Amino acid sequence: MMTVQNDNLIIAGKTFTSRFLLGTGKFSSKTALAESIAASNSEIVTVALRRIDIDRHEENIIQYIPKNVTLLVNTSGARNAKEALRIAHLARESGCGNWIKVEVINDSKYLLPDNAETVKATELLVKEGFIVLPYMSPDLYIARELVAAGAATIMPLGSPIGSNKGLKTKELIQILINEIDIPIIVDAGLGAPSQAAEAMEMGADAVLVNTAVATAGKPQLIAQAFAEAVKAGRLAYLSGLPLEKISAEASSPLTGFLYE
Amino acid sequence: MKLTLNGKSKEIMDSSTLAAVVRDHCQNPEHVVAELNGSIIGRALWENTVLKENDRLELVSFVGGG
Repeated sequence: MMTVQNDNLIIAGKTFTSRFLLGTGKFSSKTALAESIAASNSEIVTVALRRIDIDRHEENIIQYIPKNVTLLVNTSGARNAKEALRIAHLARESGCGNWIKVEVINDSKYLLPDNAETVKATELLVKEGFIVLPYMSPDLYIARELVAAGAATIMPLGSPIGSNKGLKTKELIQILINEIDIPIIVDAGLGAPSQAAEAMEMGADAVLVNTAVATAGKPQLIAQAFAEAVKAGRLAYLSGLPLEKISAEASSPLTGFLYE
Repeated sequence: MKLTLNGKSKEIMDSSTLAAVVRDHCQNPEHVVAELNGSIIGRALWENTVLKENDRLELVSFVGGG
C-alpha cells in the first residue's frame, strides 16, 4: 500500500499526525468523552473555562483528557477582545499551557464571531506570548490581518456553531486556502464525516468538530468515522483531485466497438 | 463576613484565607484559577491571601467546550 510520508500538521512549530481536532462540549457523560477522544485519535482538543458551580459537585474534565493531547482553551463567553484576554490569562494561570482559541462572540442567535475584536485579541495575546488560533468568519482581509497579527492558524467557520449544516461558506474558505499560508482549520458547523472529508479535499489543513460527535447516538463510532473521513479527504487532496467538468468524458474507450 | 463568590453572596468565617475557601468550595481544586477583585492570584499565594469583607472572588475551572 502506498503511504504518504511525513504529511504532518505543524502548528507553532509543534508536529501533529492527526488533522482532526475534537471539541469536548455537550457529551452526555465523561466516559463517552474519553472514549470519543480515544477513537478520534485527536492530538488537540478544546476546552472552555467557566465559573465553578459552588453548590454542585463537578468532575474535572481535564482528568478525562490524555496527557499527550494538546489542550486548546477557547475564550467562549468573551464578547469583546478585553474579555477574551481575561479568559486567556485565567487559562494560562491554570497551568495547562498557552494555546488559546480566540472566540469572540456577540451574537447569541447565530453565534457568529466578531472578526474585528478577534483581530484585536489576537494581536494582544500574541504579544503576550500566547499561541493563538482564532475562530473567524471566512474573510480574506481579516485572515490577512490575523496572519499579520501572528496567529498560528486561522479557524474559519463552515456554518454556525452546532448547526450541522456543513460547508456553507465553501467558496470563501477555498479563497483562504488558496491565499493564506498558515494552517487553516475548518471549525464549526460540520455535521457529518462526508462534510469533513469535503473540507479536507478542498485543501483545508485540519477540521474541528464537536457537536456532531458529542450529540450522535454513538459518539465513539462517529468520532472514528470523522477521523477516517479526514484522512480520506486529506489523501484525496494530496492525490491532486481532477477538476470538475461541464460535459461528460467517457471512461471507456470510444473506439473499437464489438459491432463495428 | 460576607463576600461575593462566583456572583453569589456567601457567608464565610472572618479572616479566611483564599486557600481555605477553595478547599471548602471546590471538589477538584487541581485546575482551579482564582481571581480576587479582578486580579488573578497565583496558587502559591493562596495560603497567605486573607479575604476581606465584600471581596469579589471568582473561582474558575475547565469544562467541556468546542
